[in-house]
Amino acid sequence: MSQHTAGLAIETAGLVKTFGETRAVDGVDLAVPTGTVYGVLGPNGAGKTTTVKMLATLLRPDGGQARIFGHDVVREADEVRGRVSLTGQYASVDEDLTGTENLVLLGRLLGHAKKAARERSAQLLAAFGLTDAAGKQVKHYSGGMRRRIDIAASILSTPDLLFLDEPTTGLDPRSRNQVWDIVRAVVAQGTTVLLTTQYLDEADQLASRIAVIDRGRVIAEGTKGELKASVGAGSVHLRLRDPAQRPEAEQVLRLALDADVQRDPDPVALTARLDAAAGDTAAAQAARALGELSRAGIVVDNFSLGQPSLDEVFLALTGHDTKTDAKTHAKTDPKTDPKSDTETGTGPAGGGGTSAGAGAAGRGEKGEVPV
Amino acid sequence: MSTVTSTDVQDLAPVSAESLTELLVSRERPPRPSALSASLTFGWRAILKIKHVPEQLFDVTAFPIMMVLMYTYLFGGALAGSPEEYIQFLLPGILVMSVVMITMYTGVSVNTDIEKGVFDRFRSLPIWRPSTMVGYLLGDALRYTIASVVMLTVGLVLGYRPDGGFAGVVAGIALLVVFSFAFSWIWTMFGLLLRTEKSVMGVSMMVIFPLTFLSNVFVDPRTMPGWLQAFVNNSPVTHLASAVRGLMAGDWPGTEIAWSLGWAALFVLVFGPVTMRLYNRK
Repeated sequence: MSQHTAGLAIETAGLVKTFGETRAVDGVDLAVPTGTVYGVLGPNGAGKTTTVKMLATLLRPDGGQARIFGHDVVREADEVRGRVSLTGQYASVDEDLTGTENLVLLGRLLGHAKKAARERSAQLLAAFGLTDAAGKQVKHYSGGMRRRIDIAASILSTPDLLFLDEPTTGLDPRSRNQVWDIVRAVVAQGTTVLLTTQYLDEADQLASRIAVIDRGRVIAEGTKGELKASVGAGSVHLRLRDPAQRPEAEQVLRLALDADVQRDPDPVALTARLDAAAGDTAAAQAARALGELSRAGIVVDNFSLGQPSLDEVFLALTGHDTKTDAKTHAKTDPKTDPKSDTETGTGPAGGGGTSAGAGAAGRGEKGEVPV
Repeated sequence: MSTVTSTDVQDLAPVSAESLTELLVSRERPPRPSALSASLTFGWRAILKIKHVPEQLFDVTAFPIMMVLMYTYLFGGALAGSPEEYIQFLLPGILVMSVVMITMYTGVSVNTDIEKGVFDRFRSLPIWRPSTMVGYLLGDALRYTIASVVMLTVGLVLGYRPDGGFAGVVAGIALLVVFSFAFSWIWTMFGLLLRTEKSVMGVSMMVIFPLTFLSNVFVDPRTMPGWLQAFVNNSPVTHLASAVRGLMAGDWPGTEIAWSLGWAALFVLVFGPVTMRLYNRK
């Protein structure tokens, strides 16, 4: 660790941060290659934000080392600050000021001359579709607009490394997709991005490598493929027309998939957990299962194919539940949950359609076809 | 709330990936701003906040007017025979007292502001660290100037006639603003040290009331008991009030000015570093 490894934007070794008795970050080792999106995945309270704050020189580590492009975050904090930008979990802009004022202010603080700061701000506001809102105070912005102005503020000078701390938490699906597009555009220009998230599919969409973090420790690290293979291929959720057929359907599924089948609280619903080791893709397994059900004369009203949820990842990796806000969030707030719109089934489960119950809509990770 | 959000998003123009890419191509960074430039930028931020919430000028307009009127007519007849005579003595003092009292709002605004996410961004910028705090105080210096001008105007209407003329009055206000800028570092410290706005208010009152009342603002200290005179004669507020009174009366109270500036330097030297230490650890 004394020598900087070429090609690494972030290198940490045994990073520790304690708050009183709590070890918020408990020996984190990371190696983030330059020019990539690196995902840090974990529930609330796992230590993601604390890690980011240490890397962005906002918190002093209690142990271990961290280097950004070879510069120590404690001894060479100023060097580090010159190369990174931070978009925090809560809007890191001044809510009392307008969009333009925020960007000009930060542009001036980055050393741009008055005129250059004004020009760059206007260009960024235009690129982010915020020209109309430029003169409004940020406190009147919607969640999606705040995220945009926040990210715009982070690229006033193109940073070499951008920290995005849960950039889509609380956003509706459309805004979330737009944030993803922005992240892709930023990384395409050579900026390294460290992204923290509670959502597996977000890490899946954007990151090339992922570290799963829990209770201040990295419990798994690897490419998306490696990580998924360790967890399982996902699950199939079914809703039958006739509750009386459920026992039979359960039998059929168990035989067809050779998988664990669960009865959901809803009397017509079943969930089968797919096995990654089966050799088939999840979609092929699901198709086979539907075929078998149809042959057995069982009517399926609604089906969806889900990625392993964060809960399932955690269960598989740690043997304990996430038991945190990540879960509560998905259950209590299905409307703002980024995933509830991506149902692939035949019936509208999330959008207030015919048969879908709140139980189905509330399941956070439902409905994505694994890539 | 969620319906509002989705309507807004639909009305929102899409992100233009092309123009974004163009903006990102340039990787050059301008040279870092100087300490002065960064501080002035933060001062500009403070002024923008006043522009957006002009109600916050209430404490530098209505409060000082009230102070002048109240004390002139309350004590005027008893202490100096008439309000018109008393105001010649009182105005410079009440000016000092009111402005020093107003400084305590600095602590409250630091305390509420520092919790906001934007501070994470400020602290991750490669700028002179104290510039954030200096910026606050520069914005506040503007507020102190407004308060001084307001009080002086009221005083002139009530019959205050400074012998020092325009130059004397400007010199008096300048000294007051410099002192208040330095004194405010106590409040930035408390703003960072204490956890809630209320506790900042509480502590501020405890400091400010004895400090401003136990001075020569209202009466000549010679009538006070000896132990109190010892405190009053050495209080920074007494030195400042004497200096401002002298300047506005057309004298050159060199000793009192030196004492006031000495205290000011001491406040910055002691509370400035403490504030910055707290700021860096927050």
